[in-house]
Amino acid sequence: MFEIRIHGRGGQGVVTAAEMLSVAAFFEGRHAQAFPSFGSERTGAPVVAFCRISDREIRSREPVIEADAIIIQDTTLLHQIDVFAGLKPDGYVLLNAHRNIEELGLSELLKGHRPERFCTLPATELGLKHIGRPIPNVPLLAGFAALSDTLQLESVIRAINEKFKGQVAVGNIAAATEAYHLVKEMVHA
Amino acid sequence: MLKQIEGSKAVAEAIALCRPEVICAYPISPQTHIVEALGEMVKSGGLTPCEFINVESEFAAMSVAIGASAAGARAYTATASQGLLFMVEAVYNAAGLGLPIVMTVANRAIGAPINIWNDHSDSLSQRDSGWMQLFAETNQEAVDLHIQAFRLAEELSMPIMVCMDGFILTHAFEQVDIPSQEQVDAYLPPFDPRQVLDPSAPVSIGAMVGPEAFMEVKYLAHAKQMQAIERIPQLAEEFKQVFNRNSGGLVRTYRTEDAETIIIAMGSVLGTIKDTVDEMRMEGHKIGVLGIISYRPFPLEQVRAALMHCKHFLVLEKSLAVGMGGIVATDVRMAVTGMGLKGYTAIAGLGGRPILKSSLHKLFLEAEAEALPPVTFLDLDWEAVNKQLEREKHTRRSGPVAENILHDKGIVSAKFG
Repeated sequence: MFEIRIHGRGGQGVVTAAEMLSVAAFFEGRHAQAFPSFGSERTGAPVVAFCRISDREIRSREPVIEADAIIIQDTTLLHQIDVFAGLKPDGYVLLNAHRNIEELGLSELLKGHRPERFCTLPATELGLKHIGRPIPNVPLLAGFAALSDTLQLESVIRAINEKFKGQVAVGNIAAATEAYHLVKEMVHA
Repeated sequence: MLKQIEGSKAVAEAIALCRPEVICAYPISPQTHIVEALGEMVKSGGLTPCEFINVESEFAAMSVAIGASAAGARAYTATASQGLLFMVEAVYNAAGLGLPIVMTVANRAIGAPINIWNDHSDSLSQRDSGWMQLFAETNQEAVDLHIQAFRLAEELSMPIMVCMDGFILTHAFEQVDIPSQEQVDAYLPPFDPRQVLDPSAPVSIGAMVGPEAFMEVKYLAHAKQMQAIERIPQLAEEFKQVFNRNSGGLVRTYRTEDAETIIIAMGSVLGTIKDTVDEMRMEGHKIGVLGIISYRPFPLEQVRAALMHCKHFLVLEKSLAVGMGGIVATDVRMAVTGMGLKGYTAIAGLGGRPILKSSLHKLFLEAEAEALPPVTFLDLDWEAVNKQLEREKHTRRSGPVAENILHDKGIVSAKFG
């Protein structure tokens, strides 16, 4: 079982990201479960969504407490809630930021974890560039696929095509593709 | 067809496959996505012939469903929480008149304090309304139970609530096998009403009934549910023949064969319980699970049979009979009368409080060791409770309870997501 927690703010597509992640995993023949933390869905309010991926039927309905991966769509949350709670020692972290982990002042966090599994991605800029809106969720999904190797880019693209149509789909695919390759380069650098 | 789909969307597709003729609904979280999806299907011509009626309230939703059903239409609606409470008078009427309406209840807590999250207080408050209540464990089962519900409701001419955990199921994306139209048509015949308002053959439905006949009418409603006890397993078996999977039935056991401790629950929490039980089995504990699918009618005999060889049982329920303890537990204790079993009740998950495997593990060990009080409140913050009790002891004007607890916990409700 691989358990992912996505943190962001209302309006950033946090819930959609978890759902699309589960759809991408489904396309790879895996069991997946995505669900939101069911807060009051207001623009700007902290939002959490969860996704589990497994080769077996997923029965548990508890929130993701111990995470194999944490995706943070908005770094302003770092000062507000403990987004890294329950991160496993070998867990992955992907942050939406144009600065790196050290510049974000998160070097302490790397202790006891595997630094090569921590990555930042300028996802808001990628959203603006390809979709014309500052929505970071899809680039982060593709970046997560590249970072963790849990999903193929093709599956993320299929999930995008299932969720969006026309130009929005085209833009999201372009953003996802660039994000995927950016993260691959960073991870292998 | 196997799909990765939101629970609400899956249920909407299942309802459409059941060829409803009238859908009336008023939006309320967490039910809204179901009727929104159905509304879109009707508008786009994907679901026809079907009348989608936007009503002004839940009371109107059930009233319209009653009228539609009495006119011979297959009628569907969905609601939750305060919405269900608002339609209560009509809920009782639907059952009293014997109209086979199917309603999804996306289970949600009842205020005050206002709370949109999941527990079972809403549908359980309608325990004695005469409606049958079936509880889904997964979104697959929610889909399947709706198909079975139309068949059972129309056969007996009695209404059914299909209960699915709000948000936990309604808003979860998971694999669901959506049946084909051919399969559903093979299982669910067209609605052949026992009573119908037809100008060419006029009848009265809903006239006043005095002491000379009222009890007989009520007894017959009870008799119908007793018939349902027989029919529910048969319909689940027939369902398996057509759809090739186990869904529905009265109860479902898991690893109970040699179990000394049995955990009893309803709905989606059964999944978390089964995972916990698997972990405990690995550690050598003889523990199993009894899931109750049919809450009304309540399968007394089947529950008794399932608990026949255990030593102790624990009912874990997302509901509270204030001033008494458990609601489901009361029925379970009725089922095991005279068996001399140690029985415990755990109230859990009220208002969406997460039910964690770690908490369940600890609770089940305590049940096994017979170290529990009769009623336990799982993961209750005793510090917060005692602080409020203390405050009330010392200050007459202690203020509103909910706001005090929020304040003590450092949560500013208006600012927190």
